Amino acid sequence: MTEEIIIAGFGGQGVLSMGKILAYSGVMQNKEVSWMPSYGPEMRGGTANVTVIVSDERISSPILNAFDTAIILNQQSMDKFEKTVKPGGLLIYDPNGITHHPTRKDINIYSIEAADEAGKLGLSKVFNMIVLGGFLHLKPLVAPEFIHKGLEKSLPARHHKLIPDNERAIDIGKGLLKPLQVLN
Amino acid sequence: MGELRLMKGNEAVAEAAIRAGCDGYFGYPITPQSEIMEYLMSEKPYETTGMVVLQAESEVASINMLYGGAGTGKRVMTSSSSPGISLMQEGISYMAGAELPALLVNVVRGGPGLGTIQPSQADYFQSVKGGGHGDYKIIVLAPASVQEMADFAKLGFELAFKYRTPVMIQSDGAIGQMMEKVELFDPIPRRTEEELIAQCPWAATGKPKNRDHIIITSLDLDPAGQERVNLKLQAKYRQIEEKEVLFEEISCEDAEYVFVAFGLSARICQKSIDMARAQGIKVGLFRPITLYPFPTKQIAALAKKVKGMLVVEMNAGQMIEDVKLSAGCSVKIEHYGRFGGIIPAPDEVVRALEKQIIGG
Amino acid sequence: MEEPFVKTDIRKEENIVYKRTNLLVDRPLSYCPGCGHGVVHRMLMETLEEMGLQDKTIGVSPVGCSVLAYDFMNIDMLGAAHGRAPALATAIKRMWPNRFVFTYQGDGDLAAIGTAETIHACNRGENFVIIFINNGIYGMTGGQMAPTTLPNMRSSTSPYGRDVSIMGHPLKMTELVAQLPGTYYVTRQAVHTPSHVRKTKKALRKAFENQKNNTGISFVEVVSNCNSGWKMTPVQSNKWMEENMFPFYPLGDIKVDGKLVEQKEAVTKE
Repeated sequence: MTEEIIIAGFGGQGVLSMGKILAYSGVMQNKEVSWMPSYGPEMRGGTANVTVIVSDERISSPILNAFDTAIILNQQSMDKFEKTVKPGGLLIYDPNGITHHPTRKDINIYSIEAADEAGKLGLSKVFNMIVLGGFLHLKPLVAPEFIHKGLEKSLPARHHKLIPDNERAIDIGKGLLKPLQVLN
Repeated sequence: MGELRLMKGNEAVAEAAIRAGCDGYFGYPITPQSEIMEYLMSEKPYETTGMVVLQAESEVASINMLYGGAGTGKRVMTSSSSPGISLMQEGISYMAGAELPALLVNVVRGGPGLGTIQPSQADYFQSVKGGGHGDYKIIVLAPASVQEMADFAKLGFELAFKYRTPVMIQSDGAIGQMMEKVELFDPIPRRTEEELIAQCPWAATGKPKNRDHIIITSLDLDPAGQERVNLKLQAKYRQIEEKEVLFEEISCEDAEYVFVAFGLSARICQKSIDMARAQGIKVGLFRPITLYPFPTKQIAALAKKVKGMLVVEMNAGQMIEDVKLSAGCSVKIEHYGRFGGIIPAPDEVVRALEKQIIGG
Repeated sequence: MEEPFVKTDIRKEENIVYKRTNLLVDRPLSYCPGCGHGVVHRMLMETLEEMGLQDKTIGVSPVGCSVLAYDFMNIDMLGAAHGRAPALATAIKRMWPNRFVFTYQGDGDLAAIGTAETIHACNRGENFVIIFINNGIYGMTGGQMAPTTLPNMRSSTSPYGRDVSIMGHPLKMTELVAQLPGTYYVTRQAVHTPSHVRKTKKALRKAFENQKNNTGISFVEVVSNCNSGWKMTPVQSNKWMEENMFPFYPLGDIKVDGKLVEQKEAVTKE
């Protein structure tokens, strides 16, 4: 099993940390992982994206131009990454702020209204975990106990009190997915 | 099994340096490697192992602090990225001349000039051919993973002290910035003063009554003396070339074609191999791990077995010169490169193989 | 048989009033006759010998006339690249805090190419001694203009005199570093007369005593002559130094125990 994922959105949406928690959970389950961010001026308030690979085998290229899954959180990222999903692959996006919805016919498409829900529940800090929860519901790459360990490892000790909120957000995400196009 | 962590390449090399018994780090911030000093400052090794971490006023000062520390037998390191490494060349030449051990990390970015902060392999010539003045070489290790960033910090110090020479880890912005699973080796305690003095009788540590005073210098004004210095260095380099070559071969057993690539490019080529083999193209990868000493003999042997070699680099064609010198004219050798921070995609590399080697 | 020139029987312990310090290697100095370097070398090595620091000292020599200082000083030493001695010394002292560390630098080395390293080592308050020999010229390379060359002073690259409107002004590094919080003792001395030599030695002693207490940088400038570069006899050059160098580079302490010494009112003759 190898899953190649791009996560993309605005800087500040928790794109990189979502990827890091996923990757660290993979390490805890003794999988091979890589986490390759965009870096530099791009990070400063602009778009941010990270390529995460989780695999049972040694990972070859950490840099890719085609993905099994794209998790998309803003319009620029939709414009850039919709076309990079492999045929038959998966696209998950938060429709908040999206004006041009995906049009591919050869991929699976789900929406997840994570920003709205996070706002309503006062959980905007863990918005990214709601999205991750949705993804893990569709692709259970790592088991929940390893997600817990991944959170412990990824978050600095002073934020460990937020782990229950993070796990709650992951649960909430599972119920928020809306299938828009599911291939047979 | 050692401790498992998810780390950036930059963090891994910093953590590994602490564990490898490093005595001092001296550096200056530059993207994309600033996490190395940031990590060291936040880990506070000066409170645990006693390792000194100092932010210098420039790369020029950093490398000369390294010269000072190394001259006293201490295990010292610096890190920088391409423009900063250019500034250090004078000091590297002095250290090679004075035969001082040190670990240098170059997290390469695109050039020339201020260039870009994105990953590149355009410093191959500078690292491998001796970027400063005079006839000298430094050992150059090219990690292709975060794990190797950690492992090569330890290996780098070992080689540096074995041969009394600067050793460079030449990685790139992508390997510095990306996170992967790392298995960390157990910490090696720093040497005590007595151990250091016993292990490094050449080092300037304060002259006791029972030995001559020690002079650390790269100067010998007498041409005959300076020629002797050079001959000694050259003899050392021949020994390094004989004994310290490291390389990796992937899927080469049945290969009709090979990619020759180091560092990040080699990782990309591994994916290209999967893609090409799915199309029925029998291709393998030869990855030099030591860029100096270069795996000359191994490439010469491989060249006799295959129909063509594609050298894939994130530069305009640098390592290909060494590949051609090694292989001679026995086989078709072409270069595929992207520059300025652009990373070639795996499918792009397969197309280049088809066009330049198989079809060409 | 010819009588030996020196009768060995007079060389008795009780007759010896002056001898080479053990911390100087028994070989002729490479400096020009009349140059101040040899005297400073001797004062420095005497100081270390008297303090019993031979086995605890690591010195750094520069690029310049004193590039070979390590051949004469019988202690462990490193030869730095041009201007970088304070960077070397920073690392040495930080990693060997129980050793005594000094740099020995000329004015081209310390005040031109090594300005950044000098200023920052002083500003960080590193715990070593900087010995700064200022002769207003690049001696080793053949008498070119230095940052310290006086206005209108001739050198091989200012053959008609230093025109400050074109070539810039002389740099008073010593006054400059005295302003930095990391310097503890800053002084300017000379070695052209016995009384000045004694004062220089006292200053060196104070500098190394300070290092025992980790007080920060002790910076000892010695204004010296360069009779070869100045194209004068040694005696002429010392006179010229008194008449021209000292008014611009006045001798005395500038900072003592971390406090700036109040400058004497300039006396103007009517």
